[in-house]
Amino acid sequence: MIGLLGKKIGMTTYFEESGNAIPCTVVEAGPCTVTQIKTNEKDGYNAVQFGFGVRREKTVNKPIRGKFAELKLPVPRYIKEILNYPVDGLKVGSTVKVDIFKAGETIKVTGISKGKGFQGVVKRHGFSGGVRTHGQSDRERAPGSIGGSSYPSRVWKGQRMAGRMGGKKVTVRNLKVVKVIPDSNLMLIKGAIPGANTGFIEIYKIA
Amino acid sequence: MNTKVKLVTAGQFRNDIPQFHPGDTVSVYVKVIEGDKERLQQFRGIVMGIKGSGNSKTFRVRKISNGVGVERIFPMNSPKIAKVEIIKEGSVRRAKLYYLRKLTGKAATKIKEKKRKLLIVEERTGPTENDTSVPQEANSE
Repeated sequence: MIGLLGKKIGMTTYFEESGNAIPCTVVEAGPCTVTQIKTNEKDGYNAVQFGFGVRREKTVNKPIRGKFAELKLPVPRYIKEILNYPVDGLKVGSTVKVDIFKAGETIKVTGISKGKGFQGVVKRHGFSGGVRTHGQSDRERAPGSIGGSSYPSRVWKGQRMAGRMGGKKVTVRNLKVVKVIPDSNLMLIKGAIPGANTGFIEIYKIA
Repeated sequence: MNTKVKLVTAGQFRNDIPQFHPGDTVSVYVKVIEGDKERLQQFRGIVMGIKGSGNSKTFRVRKISNGVGVERIFPMNSPKIAKVEIIKEGSVRRAKLYYLRKLTGKAATKIKEKKRKLLIVEERTGPTENDTSVPQEANSE
């Protein structure tokens, strides 16, 4: 899988040459440094490990510091493996830039969604809630029945209830690349992507 | 706005569109493609408000067409807008003129004109990024 690590910058309107306005997410993608190449023979699977960004010296723990001292590379802010990345020509220390993407390509983007805190079933699972009228009180956003009485006499596992929402890994597929600006490592993606601005994201090509 | 977002949209800002304000009567000429022909369509009405910032900035124009109120929202930086002409400058006391929807008859289309001298349209600069759209009468008084 071909991909790149990046950062969400924010959203804006982009006008095509035809004049159509496209809602776009601006993404800073790469440059990513190859920090390790894993092979089937040695590691049991094929992957390329990438680093993105720069990490503050203070926050680096000793194992990571040791690894990058050996490689003579700056410690990246994020480290992530991409499985089955085509290795051809890549070696430890080489960089991959945003120009691996082209306008018009289909991609998928993975990120950590915005945390919503403890939410009820209406927001979290899209329940419709109760009726507002007909003498109801306190039932407007209630979940309703959560199971049978005589059978099973308990609540099934996996019953959808209120709880923590968001803050999870989310992938949005079939997004389109609108524009690539290699000079400033920026990329425009049509539509919204998971997470808050400045959040860490992974961008993958869909073949 | 984020400087990197600005970088992306930098080349897209329209500097040729004159600066207008809510209450102004404007003519918006929109490029319409019919088959393989392109023509200009005029939409004349009162600017009800300006919304948003950067490349996503829009303005809303209202007119009465055959007795029916019609509102249209234009993206300020859209290449589909051929030009904007300021017909009259209106004197209003709010930024969003939603009260026009409740008005009927003459009151719905007439807005008190600005007393100060009309500036020459060509000499006015277009909306820029740093434009905080402070009403001009507030500056002069």
